[in-house]
Amino acid sequence: MSFEINGQSFDASPRPGQCLRTFLRQLGWFGVKKGCDAGDCGACTVHVDGRPVHSCIYPAFRAQGRAVTTIEGLAKDGELTPVQQSFVDAQGFQCGFCTAGAVMTVSCLTPAQLADLPGALKGNLCRCTAYRAIEDAVRGVTHAEAPAAGEAAGRNVAAPASRRIVTGSEPFTFDLEMEGVLHMKLARSPHAHARIVAIDASDALQVAGVRLVLTHEDAPTTRSSTGLHELDADDPPDTRLLDDVVRFVGQRVAAVVADSEAAAEEGCRRLKIDYQILPAVFDADAASAPEAPILHDHPEASGSRAPKSNILAEVRGRIGDADAGFAEADAVVEGVFHSHRIQHAHLETHGSLAWLDAEGRLNVRTSSQVPFLARRRLAFVLGLPAEDIRVVCARVGGGFGGKQEMLTEDVTALAALKLGRPVKLEFSREEQFVGATTRHPMRVRAKLGATADGRLTAIEMEVLSNTGAYGNHGPGVFFHGCNESVALYRCANKRIDGRVVYTNVVPAGAFRGYGLSQTNFAIESAMDELALKLRISPYEFRRINAIRPGDAMVAFDDHPHDVEYGSYGLDQCLDLAEAAMARDREAPTDLSDEWLVGEGMAVGMLDTIPPRGHYANAEARLTADGGYEISIGTAEFGNGSTTVHAQLAAAALNTTPDRINIVQSDTDRAGYDTGAFGSTGTVVAGKAAHLAAIALKEAMLAAARGLAGPGENAFELVGDGMRIGDAFLSLPAFAAAVGPLSGAGATNGSPRSVAFNVQAFRVSVHRATGAIRILRSVHAADAGTVINPMQCRGQVEGGVAQAIGAALYEHVDVADDGSVTTRAFRSYHIPSFADAPRTEVLFAETSDALGPLGAKSMSESPFNPVAAALANAVRAATGVRFDTLLLAADRIYDRLPKDIASAP
Amino acid sequence: MDINTITEIVTGLDEASLAGWREGDAFLGGGTWLYSEPQPSLRRLFDLDAFGWTPLELTPDALVVAATCKIQELYDFVPPADWRSGGLIRQCCDALLGSFKIWNMASVGGNMCLALPAGPMTSLAAALDATCVIRMREGGERRMAAAEFVTGDRRNALAPGDLLRAIELPVADLRARSAFRQASLTARGRSAALLIGLLDDAGRFALTVTASTKRPVRLAFDAAPDAAGLKDRIDAAIPDALYHDDIHGRPDWRKMLTCRLAEEIRTELAG
Repeated sequence: MSFEINGQSFDASPRPGQCLRTFLRQLGWFGVKKGCDAGDCGACTVHVDGRPVHSCIYPAFRAQGRAVTTIEGLAKDGELTPVQQSFVDAQGFQCGFCTAGAVMTVSCLTPAQLADLPGALKGNLCRCTAYRAIEDAVRGVTHAEAPAAGEAAGRNVAAPASRRIVTGSEPFTFDLEMEGVLHMKLARSPHAHARIVAIDASDALQVAGVRLVLTHEDAPTTRSSTGLHELDADDPPDTRLLDDVVRFVGQRVAAVVADSEAAAEEGCRRLKIDYQILPAVFDADAASAPEAPILHDHPEASGSRAPKSNILAEVRGRIGDADAGFAEADAVVEGVFHSHRIQHAHLETHGSLAWLDAEGRLNVRTSSQVPFLARRRLAFVLGLPAEDIRVVCARVGGGFGGKQEMLTEDVTALAALKLGRPVKLEFSREEQFVGATTRHPMRVRAKLGATADGRLTAIEMEVLSNTGAYGNHGPGVFFHGCNESVALYRCANKRIDGRVVYTNVVPAGAFRGYGLSQTNFAIESAMDELALKLRISPYEFRRINAIRPGDAMVAFDDHPHDVEYGSYGLDQCLDLAEAAMARDREAPTDLSDEWLVGEGMAVGMLDTIPPRGHYANAEARLTADGGYEISIGTAEFGNGSTTVHAQLAAAALNTTPDRINIVQSDTDRAGYDTGAFGSTGTVVAGKAAHLAAIALKEAMLAAARGLAGPGENAFELVGDGMRIGDAFLSLPAFAAAVGPLSGAGATNGSPRSVAFNVQAFRVSVHRATGAIRILRSVHAADAGTVINPMQCRGQVEGGVAQAIGAALYEHVDVADDGSVTTRAFRSYHIPSFADAPRTEVLFAETSDALGPLGAKSMSESPFNPVAAALANAVRAATGVRFDTLLLAADRIYDRLPKDIASAP
Repeated sequence: MDINTITEIVTGLDEASLAGWREGDAFLGGGTWLYSEPQPSLRRLFDLDAFGWTPLELTPDALVVAATCKIQELYDFVPPADWRSGGLIRQCCDALLGSFKIWNMASVGGNMCLALPAGPMTSLAAALDATCVIRMREGGERRMAAAEFVTGDRRNALAPGDLLRAIELPVADLRARSAFRQASLTARGRSAALLIGLLDDAGRFALTVTASTKRPVRLAFDAAPDAAGLKDRIDAAIPDALYHDDIHGRPDWRKMLTCRLAEEIRTELAG
């Protein structure tokens, strides 16, 4: 058959059931991405005879005789189309994984469609941006600027990968050809709890093309965790690469490696697995009971706190005397708040590619936020020295915490070692839901007491966290959740109790906010209720009670810690949000009296860096040809850290960011780095990059002095070279004269600072249908010096939108048998263009004593106060306190005041 | 996604091809649903495009929509000026969860055969009292009311190997007045309730409830009812168990929406 793709003719025959997406990728057009493989997300959009289609559901054979255009075919002779250029100018992307599909779609819109973007773009999902940046790209708004040498910090510098992203040439994890690559598929458990009696792989091995079947009999007996941290001990060692006991529906049971995905799939279907069913428990309360079936019954390996218990971790924190505090209170509120299971839904699924290089050394290319931690964990699991393993990340298509986890690398590496061939495993979207991780569902009881003048006298919180079948991130999320949510408030008496419990459900893991979104929902809802009771404005109530510099930051213990007030901008954030909400409060609306209107707000605090060490080692180099290079271990997954690193280095080297080449996320080419999690891309890795660049500048000035000899005192490093007295040496000439130079920068993540966020909403709630409309969204953030306002705004908007999804639309559902039933984007609704309101983002003017050039982190934290702010706004509108997320119309409508007279 | 178990695409179809239909076969319309989920039981696809059916044909009595007509082709159809309900066509296309890119591929018949409660082509056909033309596997044709075609969530009136050939939208109903209401949990999301009312010049009223119920419910009245009359008919025709329950809306909420939107439609058409 003959196919015309991007003007070239290809003589190839797709397999009968093949879709156009995989066929195009097979022919090398890697700009065509897989987000969902089900027609929902639009990342694979291509044009067939000029019409945009989702290539993942387009039968490949039907493209025969038609003209197919992929993202690679848009730009002619290297010249970007206007739409591509607009996406660069507006920076209409973050991770960039959905961008090719967005560009291909926008390129086809008619004037009528341009006038209705919520409708026109409903087939394009973006998890990073909240769509504001995409709308700006469609409308031709330019944000990116090109600051002069030395002036990059604080400016809207475009991501270095911009051009590659809009042309589809930026390689993500799977966007490369590898000779002889084999494909892996995983067989997953249909049972929530079972012992594997036997696996008969003989039929599977008969399938043509099947090369290997891995089962628990092939797996190392060592246990570790899929969760990855600086300290291994943060996660319980409860997980085997392949286990002989399965503890949730969807747990991997066996891996089949074959010449094709089709053969590997068939191999999985032909496995005969004999299970002995064990009793299972799904509810965290039931799992805590003494008679509950035990998930991990060998405490030395399981991480269970006590033998014969499902309790993974507990806290019992006492500061002051809470009972006395409540006795002293004039008003007390108490509520039980539920936060549910949600999925990260990064558009690039999990996956990895493992191979042995010419020296026989294991290489793993993976979609991970933590390449160095993955290498260390691989070394442990496989029994190899870490230096015998190289882990590399290409640009990662979104993470949100989900990729601080080793879900594929161990099994592809084991297969590659056994076969001596490259082995690839790429999760399907369905596997993201059934076999990856979720946010920890939590039940949080919060009780607050205050005096009549609004001073908190006691805070009590009781947390029940459901970690699922494995304890990855279970303790960390739990303790973190119990910390900043309560440490935010100055109160002499605090009592925090809680536990994390194993259940036979898909494991929870790291998720943006890391436990705080759940506890914040409880505390900030209760704060709102208490403010109402005391008739004090919610802003004022926070002003009275929130910590200020000098106050101790304590939650469940008063042990010494390394968190400082490197800066403080909560006061500004409260003022900014309050003023912004007041600005248009009286503006007329077209709402009928069936709509109830109200405002709500909530506050969040986040330590700028995770505790107990977070390391980065950067090297800044002047290369032999006069270029600048920064090598840094951290990964780029849409957080924009690469742009920030280039800006910080350019600021230190008095040059422009386009002269800085960033070499990143490769364990062979950069110093140790704990990784891109805990909002550390700027404050840890960025600081290391900045220090390295400063050291390089010193080295260059020293070399200049050596070059000039005594008597010369005027040295200046400028954008494109070195001035020595009246002489000017271009960077290449200087490098040629002095040879390559380098400077090192290292950070250890301590001490840490605090960042603040205030979210406010005005909503209308339809008293009959329960529909919630967001009329106004304001977010004030204390990010210290904002290195890249455009990017930081994008992070905030994206965090707010993701949290709106979590509060209004998204829920991972688990059936009575423990299986996840929401397995595709059409049943797990992440915000589309139509769902994401525009959020006004306001920054406090602070400068942090600890972060690079005064910057603080701002990645996770915008997510945290959103759910409570929404619930508080709904409370104000309706008089009803909703303590259980989701705030979906069908779940709330029957509790709303029905007649106008009964409205608050 | 790839359907890796498919070993053959049957093209060059003719009338006789249906006789060869066997277990593991499926008809390929636009492919937008078939390729969107794992289909491990399928082995062969019959490529319906091979029939080359004319997508749309306007006869004196009906707009005949071939099952293979792309939703975009239906959307682009310009209704004659005297079709007061011609706008329903675009409203129903817009009610599809999938974007205009899906319209370029998905077929009208495919949307009906998928038999989702929220299938907007089913809503359109049922509301207009359209007729489905079905080619039977053993040969011959049968016709049935479109409102009866979808029999439940993901269930339709086709026997294995039967093929939906066309949907005939009666011109008379397209000339009647109509009112359209749709509600969803999310903006532009999948319909939780999609109701269409029709009032002809003889004063006959019909309310078609879709999306909120597992199958379409078409209630015909000789004259427009009053509010209580409409509510009674709805309650009688739709027992609680018939309201659909899935992640796109809880059944009690759908029931409330149904009654509310029905009354809005009645009021609009009565006015």
